[in-house]
Amino acid sequence: MNQQTPSKKSIISRRRFLGQATSFSFFVMAGSMLPKFLNAETIGESLPTQEITAWVQLSKDGKITIYNPAAEMGQGSMTALAVIIAEEMDADWSMVQIENAPVIPKIYGLQWSGKLGGPMITAGSRTIRGYYKNLRQAGAQARYVLLKNVADKWNVPLAELTTEPGQVLHQKSGQKISYGDIAVFAKTPEKVPEIADKDLKNEKDFRLIGHVIPRFDIPAKVDGSAKFGIDVQVPGMLYGVISRSPVNGSKPTLLNESDVRQAEGLVDIVTLDNGIGVICKTFEQALKAKSILQIKWSDGAKAAGYNSETAYEDYRLLAKDDAPKGKKEIETGDVAASFKSAAKKFDREYRNDYLYHAQMETLNAVVHVAADGKSAGAWAGTQSPDSDRHAIAQVLNIEDEKVTFHSCYLGGGFGRRHNEFSAEAAALSNKVKQPVKLIWTREDDVQYGMYRPTSLQRMQAAIDADGKLAGWQHFVVGPDARLQTGGVQMDYYEIPNQYVDLRIADNGVRTTYWRSVGHGANKFAMEAFIGEIAHDLKIDEYEFRRRMMQNRPRHLAILNKAKEMSGWENKLPEGRSKGMAFSDYGGTYTCGVVEISLNKQSGKIKVHKVWLALDAGVVVQPDNAIAQMEGGIIMGISSVLLESIRFKNGKVQQSNFGDYPILRMADAPESIEISLIPSPLPPTSMGEVSLPVMGGAIANAFLALTGKALRHMPFTTSKVLEVLKG
Amino acid sequence: MKTNFTLNGKQVQVDTADDATLLWTLRDTLQMTGTKYGCGISLCGVCTVHLDGVAVRACMTPVSMVAGSAVTTIEGLSQKELHPLQQAWIDEQVPQCGYCQSGQIMQAAALLQTNPHPTREQIIANMNGILCRCGTYLRILKAVEKASK
Repeated sequence: MNQQTPSKKSIISRRRFLGQATSFSFFVMAGSMLPKFLNAETIGESLPTQEITAWVQLSKDGKITIYNPAAEMGQGSMTALAVIIAEEMDADWSMVQIENAPVIPKIYGLQWSGKLGGPMITAGSRTIRGYYKNLRQAGAQARYVLLKNVADKWNVPLAELTTEPGQVLHQKSGQKISYGDIAVFAKTPEKVPEIADKDLKNEKDFRLIGHVIPRFDIPAKVDGSAKFGIDVQVPGMLYGVISRSPVNGSKPTLLNESDVRQAEGLVDIVTLDNGIGVICKTFEQALKAKSILQIKWSDGAKAAGYNSETAYEDYRLLAKDDAPKGKKEIETGDVAASFKSAAKKFDREYRNDYLYHAQMETLNAVVHVAADGKSAGAWAGTQSPDSDRHAIAQVLNIEDEKVTFHSCYLGGGFGRRHNEFSAEAAALSNKVKQPVKLIWTREDDVQYGMYRPTSLQRMQAAIDADGKLAGWQHFVVGPDARLQTGGVQMDYYEIPNQYVDLRIADNGVRTTYWRSVGHGANKFAMEAFIGEIAHDLKIDEYEFRRRMMQNRPRHLAILNKAKEMSGWENKLPEGRSKGMAFSDYGGTYTCGVVEISLNKQSGKIKVHKVWLALDAGVVVQPDNAIAQMEGGIIMGISSVLLESIRFKNGKVQQSNFGDYPILRMADAPESIEISLIPSPLPPTSMGEVSLPVMGGAIANAFLALTGKALRHMPFTTSKVLEVLKG
Repeated sequence: MKTNFTLNGKQVQVDTADDATLLWTLRDTLQMTGTKYGCGISLCGVCTVHLDGVAVRACMTPVSMVAGSAVTTIEGLSQKELHPLQQAWIDEQVPQCGYCQSGQIMQAAALLQTNPHPTREQIIANMNGILCRCGTYLRILKAVEKASK
């Protein structure tokens, strides 16, 4: 069993390195990425500031500790990032341990515009593509330092030395030495050169990248020992829960404070802008205290009159041609001319409801504010440890560095897990100056969620005299400009005249990033629309896409792979049909095919089989990539068929998994087949690339089966029955 | 209220409120945090433990109900070696975030105790109460099938 315990080991400090006389560390300067090989005695003098820290630590017993800068929320990048360093370093993987990096964004921040040192955020499927180049360099420089030390010791030219996993070899003399033994005498070279790209490992020599390496975190996740934020226990810890605004923006007045003060185990009550918090000795006491709160909520919040169902009518008005145009996203060619000269025109409207993240671990954090209020310890699973730390510091009005933040495993993130729970826990702990574990109940998590926004897509197409898709117009209408336009571009199709704009309708409700963000709604509308056009023109939807991809060999290869693996042209049993969709996300291209059946009495769609082909550049961890595709497909099917958050008078109508069902095992596909198309290009996104094709593929399969179009996600049984009748 | 029961083979006594649930008693009083909170109302199954060998949802089980009984959590599923299901979970690389997996494994383990060679349909019927948001269902199925061969 491995020893993964981020809660205990996540803080590495200069002091700790100083105390470890038996190990050496590779230090990497922020920005320049120069590793410095330092021993425990000289480290204090050599480190000018606290802002320098390590990626790799090598012990005399040969153990290699690699620090993980990203949140491990299930996507497996904790292992994949270490694989990248270990590959170039030529480490013996069995000697590698992984620990969470401390919160030092200057060192561990994500690559932003080519260099490390951006925010420590795990989002947008950026982790592998964002760290790949720099971590290969860091690993290669670590290997150089080992070689240099051996060359000096044996008095041989460095160029004559080679490495095998965990050891340096000198072929001529037949000598070899293990990395652990090098640590005994190693010194810091004066200068470590940047390793040229041509001197990095040739991909055909990869021993780890592209091979199946079991995930480091899995053993602890099958015996209950993996520590999530919610599992953190601190001596003297109290428990907090918060009753939050039922209508976003309304402010609380507690009407029965004296009664609540009598609640068993109650330690204190905290009034926040958006709710009333209670702190008790046990969690169940806190739940009881919360249940007796009588709160008057202020009137006049922007969201107060908002009804998500009727709002679609407002969105329709905004999507009219004569409505003022929105914020332009794409304009190529002459769209007006293409519609004027069109042989045939299409005009359709697609909708999608709000979605809740439903990560299985509800939001939570433990914060311990010191008695003087001038420092704090914090423990949480978060996608953005530095911004959580900053949020806590803001609450306490102290510097970020006064907050010691411990990153834990995340029981799912999907875009939801950042900031606000840490800030809330800080506010509660600040009141009592004792450690407080704040837990959101499932109802809190559903009702005070930050949702994938609703939207309406108006799609128009012009077909020219040759039957080609010549003109494309796409108006996106909905709340939150940050989240609405992802995926509206499509460089994989040749459509000469395009216009896309965004028309914002702010409803005052809370929204945020949700796995695949804008791609989920937009690719559904775009691909279902393409399916409808092909269907109307009596052209096979594969063939219709193929014609638009003739001059795009990389994309066409993906389309053809999906066609081939799904047996696209094979005859299906009665009552079954297939549908297809194509998508991109963060540089990765995907084509998905689904096979469905329909129960015409109940309106229930069953997805039986899924095939997905993708080109994501170099794939660092192929089995884990497949797991990510499977997960995205299942979450995609869940969101397409079942999930909907609805507002009435600004209040969320759903509260738990009873009225917000997510896909269960019985409704999962019987098989999912993934094809990772080999590519020498640098890695691109993975975690969010499979989900966006599910809406379009299922809608297109339904169209093939019934001749009817589904244009409003989710395709619940009642909506399906309505469409079948209509 | 004092309650005596057997937890993972050891006698324990807890002093809790009369209406305390097994879930929060395990997690907070006994510091056995492998059993997770997911929904609080038996809809998601991530808190599944064994009560006298039967899979139950700890979130809706009052501690008073387990007096004199044997409770097994994920921490007590295996003694020296991994349970065949835990090994299969590693072999098939099932977990992603991992949060639901204690419940998944405990649910599957209860099934295999009464039905060592279940059909695929029986596995699905048995496991359908445990949610996984990461979408690991097909790997769970494979792992249960592997462990029951």
